Amino acid sequence: MKDGFRQSMAWLHTWSGLLVGWVLFMVFLAGTSAYFRDEISFWMKPELHAVARAAATSQPLAASAAVNFLQAKAASSPRWTVDLPSSREPALRASWAGPPAPRASGAPGASPPQRRGRQESATLDPTTGERMETPRQTRGGDFFYRLHFDLHYMPARWGRWIVGVCAMFMLVAIVSGVVTHKRIFKDFFTFRPKKGQRSWLDAHNATAVLALPYHLMITYTGLVTLMFMYMPWGPEVVYKGDQRTYISEVFPSSNAAGNAPRSTAPAPLRPVAEMAQAASRAWDSAPIARMVVSNPNTAGATVTFHRHDTGSLSSIQAAMVFDGATGALLSHFGDDLPAASQTRGVLYGLHLGRFSAPLVRWLFFLSGLAGSVMVATGLLLWAVKERQKFAKALAKGGRIGFGLRLVDGLNITAVAGLPLAMAVFFWANRLIPAGLAGRADLEIGVFFGAWALCASAGLALPTRRMWQLQIGIAGALLALVPMLNPLTGGAGLWTSMAPGLWRVAGFDSSCLMIGAALLVAARTIGVRKPAGARKRVQIDAGRSAATHGASKETEGLLTSPDSLSAAKVPR
Amino acid sequence: MNSRTQEAMAGGRLSAPMRHRIEVMTRAVAGIGGGYVLSSLCAAALALFLPLARAESVITGTLASFVIYTCAVMWAFAARSAAWAWGGLAAPAVPLAIALWLRLGGAS
Repeated sequence: MKDGFRQSMAWLHTWSGLLVGWVLFMVFLAGTSAYFRDEISFWMKPELHAVARAAATSQPLAASAAVNFLQAKAASSPRWTVDLPSSREPALRASWAGPPAPRASGAPGASPPQRRGRQESATLDPTTGERMETPRQTRGGDFFYRLHFDLHYMPARWGRWIVGVCAMFMLVAIVSGVVTHKRIFKDFFTFRPKKGQRSWLDAHNATAVLALPYHLMITYTGLVTLMFMYMPWGPEVVYKGDQRTYISEVFPSSNAAGNAPRSTAPAPLRPVAEMAQAASRAWDSAPIARMVVSNPNTAGATVTFHRHDTGSLSSIQAAMVFDGATGALLSHFGDDLPAASQTRGVLYGLHLGRFSAPLVRWLFFLSGLAGSVMVATGLLLWAVKERQKFAKALAKGGRIGFGLRLVDGLNITAVAGLPLAMAVFFWANRLIPAGLAGRADLEIGVFFGAWALCASAGLALPTRRMWQLQIGIAGALLALVPMLNPLTGGAGLWTSMAPGLWRVAGFDSSCLMIGAALLVAARTIGVRKPAGARKRVQIDAGRSAATHGASKETEGLLTSPDSLSAAKVPR
Repeated sequence: MNSRTQEAMAGGRLSAPMRHRIEVMTRAVAGIGGGYVLSSLCAAALALFLPLARAESVITGTLASFVIYTCAVMWAFAARSAAWAWGGLAAPAVPLAIALWLRLGGAS
């Protein structure tokens, strides 16, 4: 701190990164998988694989097919929600609410979602409106999506605060990491493999710099998604506790459905296909994502259409509200947002990454993986560096300190254990009987059980062998997913390559490739002989004894990498 | 505070590692606590004083506050001394707090 700006930033980078690295790794990996959460959910419902190639139909026709189904099934429900088929999601999904819960629902957007009446749903054939085979119960990809900001086994609010604090640390770590770098461009082209600590530093730099704009964007926009929870003071002083005005001004989409009490006298519902056509026409024939019918079959019925978010960066999508009994347009919203609202919508939309063509989504996915690797190599770098302090003690048969042992164990838990647990989650999805009651929760229990096992093993024996074992098992489980899939009722790679099932083929081949990469990693961990490394560690430790304190050492590491160059190592 | 610290303080001089630790603690509190207070004040002040529609000012202020927070934390660790760290945070925070207090009718 007294040694200049860059050194103090290096120190800040190291410690802010280490303290929250394990949570961040989970947030990064689970969040990255959430780019494909629809695809993961679909893979985890193999019953739908065979029937997924239903003939494409127009959205207005699909909307009326869904309404026919809902009239027969739940004519008196207070709300119907219909997700219309699109290029990414060919299924037609209808859900309907049971009788409303006695407590009035709170303000959307600001407070965590409250319990409504029992929600039921069905997947329909888009042309006939008939119910397709009911898939197995599973949280699917939504589980990872929720995990990455709500955590689990604790109230969602706590989870969001913990993740928010970690994200703030991450933002500081990124910005201070950039400041730390004298040679950010040059470092990107520097990779010196098989040189121990140097290689970890190079890998950390390369993955960080490669996707730097992404890392900065995803961390900041992540905070933006929940910004009014973390930083409620602006609304507090302006609206002074007037929740209703605040919500309707800052989140205008919540007004789209109209909050005014409306008549409940019975009245027939006008055909929704006409309204869907009118809405789509007004949006230059952009597709519709969702139709919500409130109080169907009453004089006060409203039909709301939400525009699909493909082709628009903002997460705030235009909506149109029609009178269900007369078919008249009641209100429309979101075509022309003011600048700050639009900015927030775009930042939010960037985080979700749902706007994009498949290519961009894959780039986001790869950037997210690069982010996970960046966090992992940063954590390992700390441990590799710290280990050198104990080199002399180790050579005399002594032991490493408690702090390093803990970091080693937690590194294994996060970096090796989480991918293993995720793979186990996919296997549990297929091996737990499809009809079993409560199987969705059981899948999650198995996931955390596997992770807890990895954690206890890793903390008990934080050794190179443990790394190899856990990464190897994770790799094998993932690489075998394409075998598991057809054996347990899904569409195998050879059939899913046909058009229409790219989602399944993509999942299988991604698992295969990630699994293969992990297996290679496990093999590499095994063949590296520690003898040469140990010699070198001693030398470095001798040198670092001349300096004092961890901070000093890390400064040297990050600011003048050449001072630690491996050139002095006897070969 | 452990006995070693007390001893060292009684002697009027701290050992180097202990001084380092206290320095880090002070700066961490300044960055995390003080930084949050400063960015909250900025969020509130921008929300109140920006010449935009109410909702627009609120969103702008809140979006900006996270950038300010990041800068504040970095300042806390970059400043010449812990006293400078606190001073640099207080310099913008105090006028903001006074302006907010006046505007929100704290005088009543």
